[in-house]
Amino acid sequence: MPPVAADAATASAAPRFLNAGETALVVEFGETVDPAINDRVLALDAALRADPPAGTREFVPTYRSLMIHYDPLQIERQTLIGLVHKALAVSAARTAAAANWIIPCCYDSGFGEDIEEVAQLLKITPGDLIAWHTAASYRIYMYGFAPGQIYLGGLPEALAISRRPAPRPPHQPGAVLIGGGLCVITNFAMPTGWYVVGRTPERLYAAARADAFLFQAGDNLRFEAIDAATFLALERRVASGEVVARQSAA
Amino acid sequence: MSSVPAQAALRVLSAGPGVTLQDTGRHGYLRYGVTAAGPMDPLAYATANLAAGNAAGSTAIEISLGGIELTAEAEPLAVAVAGGDFAISLDARVLPSAALVLTIEPGAVLNIRAGQSGAWCYLAVAGRLVVPQLLGSNATHTRTGFGGVDGRAIRTGDRLPVEPSRRSMPSIGAIAAPWLDRPPEIIRVVLGPQDDYFSAEQIAAFLDGPWRVSIKADRMAYFLDGPRLTHAKGYNIVSDGIAMGAIQVPGDGRPIVLMADRQSTGGYPKIATVIGPDLGRLAQARPGTAFRFEAVSIAEAVAARREEAAALARDLVVEPLVRTQFSSEFLLGLNLIDGVVNPIEHARIT
Repeated sequence: MPPVAADAATASAAPRFLNAGETALVVEFGETVDPAINDRVLALDAALRADPPAGTREFVPTYRSLMIHYDPLQIERQTLIGLVHKALAVSAARTAAAANWIIPCCYDSGFGEDIEEVAQLLKITPGDLIAWHTAASYRIYMYGFAPGQIYLGGLPEALAISRRPAPRPPHQPGAVLIGGGLCVITNFAMPTGWYVVGRTPERLYAAARADAFLFQAGDNLRFEAIDAATFLALERRVASGEVVARQSAA
Repeated sequence: MSSVPAQAALRVLSAGPGVTLQDTGRHGYLRYGVTAAGPMDPLAYATANLAAGNAAGSTAIEISLGGIELTAEAEPLAVAVAGGDFAISLDARVLPSAALVLTIEPGAVLNIRAGQSGAWCYLAVAGRLVVPQLLGSNATHTRTGFGGVDGRAIRTGDRLPVEPSRRSMPSIGAIAAPWLDRPPEIIRVVLGPQDDYFSAEQIAAFLDGPWRVSIKADRMAYFLDGPRLTHAKGYNIVSDGIAMGAIQVPGDGRPIVLMADRQSTGGYPKIATVIGPDLGRLAQARPGTAFRFEAVSIAEAVAARREEAAALARDLVVEPLVRTQFSSEFLLGLNLIDGVVNPIEHARIT
């Protein structure tokens, strides 16, 4: 993962159009993890979703590009690029305001399975790690890799850690991971090359819930430390369909 | 009070690993990290459905090299089978084609197992498989437990309820679908989205190969054996979206073709993307199969796609098998109906 960079020049440059086969077009605004670049991705996504061009199938926003899936027998690539330019001209900002979330996270041993390992590697105490991790404000850049899994920017520099040389065994659903300068909240048990520092009882994806997916890319998020007893109590409430992450004013 | 008739169903008598329900995929949720899944060979899948008189995107059974054995319950069920060159037998009698429509009588045993070539085939039941959907789709993604039968692959003992079609189907017929005869020697790609991470020499090496499908090949990805590629400007990129057929090149320089069950995003440079019409061609290549890549333009890829769609809509024919193709013993068990059935015509009538 290249370093997180705030690059004003890239953030205003014209996007590149890249081919991902004949059924997907990538509109790339930059090559780094940068809130300004991600804002442009999300603004284009919002503009296109508000009035999807005939023949487009699906829009997939990521850190720094928007992938547009389309049926090339219904819309030609050049026509689509023209419509993207039109959407860019009118979409100065995201249409929806970003929400600010507080999500509970248990860092106790047994939940933050790799905390001791991370503390040793970074030459800090587990207490420092928890203090820094909960003090930071994060931006949800995108969903990716698995259903309901979100990628967060805003991890403090002091917690930036290279990914593992080889994957560790599967973590629990709800595991909070760090690696490569980023933070992730998972929803499914998977092997990972990242480090498990905590676990949330919240489910970012729940099929039966009205909002099957809780957050939107572009939302902001903070972690709130909870103990094991609170985790178990909240986990029961989540199992009964309740949402335990809450929105704050800012 | 009359008794409720038992509902028609397909009963799975045995299933190897990797046999799943698939439809065109779970669309609209890639933005939330949800893999679409869907058929490994979209063309064979559509062919089976059309031959069964269904809409091209109906839920069907994708059969792996593990094979399947099943029977009909409550009433005779017409099915269509198409895909790789699998071996099909009905009540232990081997049928003379790998692309067939046939009717399974209650208690009769249809067996489909790996044959001469090909890695996947599709069984479409004429009518509808009645299975609950998840996020609008029956497509199975076993890694996340989405879709299919309770989020898993099909296994021995499963009962799949069917709403049978009331159309007439030939008791047994061969599906004429010449587009399923696809030699895998050349797989066409569109370069990009990250071909600029490779020098011109490395792009040439990538196209020339030769490549072989490695033993690590499943619904998620086909790992390739061949020359090691090198990157011109590193192999870590900031993650972006992944289309089906994307060919990513990780740090070890060994390309990986991402298939139906791929993750929604990834962080390695993608040198090229297999064009839609060749996805099934590659999917059907078993480990060890040698091929090379050929770069085509978007216009060429779209033309190939248009040609494929036109052939499917125009040329699919089910030809009743003639008596000379069977042993007399076999014929005693069948009720052959004469006449050619064009499933497209059927679809228009109903």
